[in-house]
Amino acid sequence: MARRKKPSLAVWKFASCDGCQLTLLDLEDELLALADAVHIAYFAEATSTALKGPYDLSLVDGSITTPADAVRIREVRRASRYLVSIGACATAGGIQALRNFRDVREFLSTVYAKPEYIETLATSTAIADHVPVDFELRGCPIDKRQLLEVLSAFLNGRRPNIPAHSVCVECKLRGNVCVMVTGTPCLGPVTHAGCGALCPTYHRGCYGCFGPMEAPNTPSLARAFQAAGRSETELVRSFRNFNANAPAFREESERHDE
Amino acid sequence: MAEVAPPEAERERFVLSVDGLEALLVALRGDGWRLMGPTVRDGAIDHAEIRGVADLPRGMTEVQEAGTYRLARREDGAFFGYAVGPRSWKQLLFVPKLRLFRAHRQEDGFQVEPESTEPPRLALIGARSCDLHAIAVQDRTFLEGPYKDPDYAARRERLFVVAVNCGQAGGTCFCVSMRTGPRATSGFDVALTELLEGGHRFLAEPGSERGAALLARVGAIPAREPDARAADAVVERTAQSMGRAMDTTDIKGLLYRNQEHPRWDNVSERCLGCTNCTLVCPTCFCSSVEDTTDLVGGVAERSRRWDSCFTLDHSYLHGGSVRHSIRSRYRQWLTHKVASWWDQFGTSGCIGCGRCITWCPVGIDITEEVAAIRATDGARPGA
Repeated sequence: MARRKKPSLAVWKFASCDGCQLTLLDLEDELLALADAVHIAYFAEATSTALKGPYDLSLVDGSITTPADAVRIREVRRASRYLVSIGACATAGGIQALRNFRDVREFLSTVYAKPEYIETLATSTAIADHVPVDFELRGCPIDKRQLLEVLSAFLNGRRPNIPAHSVCVECKLRGNVCVMVTGTPCLGPVTHAGCGALCPTYHRGCYGCFGPMEAPNTPSLARAFQAAGRSETELVRSFRNFNANAPAFREESERHDE
Repeated sequence: MAEVAPPEAERERFVLSVDGLEALLVALRGDGWRLMGPTVRDGAIDHAEIRGVADLPRGMTEVQEAGTYRLARREDGAFFGYAVGPRSWKQLLFVPKLRLFRAHRQEDGFQVEPESTEPPRLALIGARSCDLHAIAVQDRTFLEGPYKDPDYAARRERLFVVAVNCGQAGGTCFCVSMRTGPRATSGFDVALTELLEGGHRFLAEPGSERGAALLARVGAIPAREPDARAADAVVERTAQSMGRAMDTTDIKGLLYRNQEHPRWDNVSERCLGCTNCTLVCPTCFCSSVEDTTDLVGGVAERSRRWDSCFTLDHSYLHGGSVRHSIRSRYRQWLTHKVASWWDQFGTSGCIGCGRCITWCPVGIDITEEVAAIRATDGARPGA
C-alpha cells in the first residue's frame, strides 16, 4: 500500500523547562523510524532548520505566560492541522502556575531589579485555555512510551490509547503493594495514569505529576491525608504542584489554604 | 486441576513435620512445579515464587483494618500465621496483561500471528479456602459459560494446590458469613493445618490422588485422634474470630429494592473511583481489549488488560459513559458482587476475603455498606 506524502511535524516551545520536548529525542530506539515516518519541519531543540507551515501535527510544550505567547499560540494553531499539547505546563500551566495563587507584581518587584522591563501575564495557563487542542498528553515530564503511542496513533489515523483512569490501575497491573494502605500518603487514587506508577513502584507516594484523573474525588483523599496526620499546609502543597492550576487540584488546594 | 475431593469423613489425615513440609516443597519442585507462595515483600505478605520453607514468612503476621495493612511479628514461629495478602491467585490465572495476537501488514492485506501460550506449571502454596472459592467463582466466568477463555483454561489446568486452613482470621475477614471458609473443603491437592502447640507440625489432608501420593512420598504419618482434634480446634477458633460479618439474608432482594437508597450518595462522597477494590478482588473479571500499532503501521497488536467498572471508559458507549457518577459505579459494583452475580453465575461474587476493605485507600467497608442499607431498608433520597 502506497503511503501518502510524509506528514510534517512541528515542535513548539512556550514557558517550560523543555523536558517534554526532549522526551522526543529520548525515543532513542524509535528515533530513526520516527524520522523516517515524519518530516520534521520545526523543532528548535533538535535542528536550526525551520520550515514554513502549515504543519500536519504540532506538539506544543509549555504554558502561556506572556502577552506575546498568547498571540503566538494562535498563530501556531492556525498553521497546524492537529495540535497536541504535551506535558503539565501545556496541559495545566505547570509549576509556574503557582503565580496564579499570588500577586505576580509582587514577584516582579522582588525578583527583578527593573520590573518595568518585564512584560508578563498575571497567570500561567494551559494551551487549551487559549486555543482548541486536539489531544492533551499529561505528565511532568511526559512518558516517552505514551508520546510514541500518540505519534503512532496520529500517523495511523486512530485514537491514542491513553487511559484517563487512576495511577492505582498501573500499580495493580505491576503487582505493587499499595503504599497508601501500608502507611505512605499517595496521590495515586486521584492522579491520571501514564507514568507506569513510577513512584509507588519505588515505595514513594505519588506526587501527582500527571494531574487529576477522570472525575477525581480529591476531597475524600484529602480527608484520608488529614487522618494520616497531614497538616493543612501540607495538603496545600500536595495538590499545588506541577499541576497546581488543573481545576480539580486547584480547587482542592484552595479548600485548605486559608 | 485438583480432582474432586472425597467426602470429608472418609479422608484419611496425616501429620507432617516441619522437615516434611520442606520435603514436600522440594518434591514438588523436583516434579517440575514452580512454587508460588507467601513471602515478605514491600511491607506485606504477598505471593511470589518461593524455593522452600526458608522463603516463607516465618514468625510474621499482619494487622488488617479498613484501609490499613501493617506487618507484625509473632513469637511462635508460624509459617502461615497470617490471613490473606494484597494479591489473590487471580494474577496467575486471569493475568493482568495478555497479548492476544500480532498482525503484520502484507502486500495484499495482513497476516495474523497468534500467541502460543505454554503457561508454567504452578504449585500454589498456602492457598486459603476463600481464595479457592474465588477460583471456583472465576471458573464459572471463564470456563463454564458459552465461551471458554483459552488462556485461563490453560493456566488453570496446570495447577497443584497446597491449601492451608487459616490459623487466624484477619481484621477484615468474613468468610464465615459467605460460607467459604476458614476450612478448605475442595479445590486442593493437599490441605495443611499448622499446629503450633505440642510441637510444630502440620495436619495434612489429601484432596486428590496425586496429593495423597505426594504425602506418602514425603513421609507423612497417619494422624492420631488428638492431632486431628487439635487441627479442628485451630479452624474453629479462626471461625470464631472473624474481623467482619455480613448478613446475607435475602441480599439479592435487599439490593434490588434499594437502588435509590440514600446510602449510595453517602458512599459516593468517600469512594475515590480509583479501582483498587475491583483489582484486588479475586473474582472481579473485567478486562479491556486494546489495539496498538507501530509508527509506520507495519505491525499491530491486540492485548487484554485488567479493567474495572470504576473507570469511565468501562461503560463508555456512543455518546458517553453510562455510569458517569461515582454513585452509580459503586452501586453497580456492590450490587453485582453480592446480588446480580447470583443471576449471572448462580453464586455470590463475594467470597469474604476482605481485600476490598483492607486495600481501599479510604477504607470503605463492603460489610458496613450492606449493613447500612439493611438497617434502613427502603429508605428514599431526602427521606
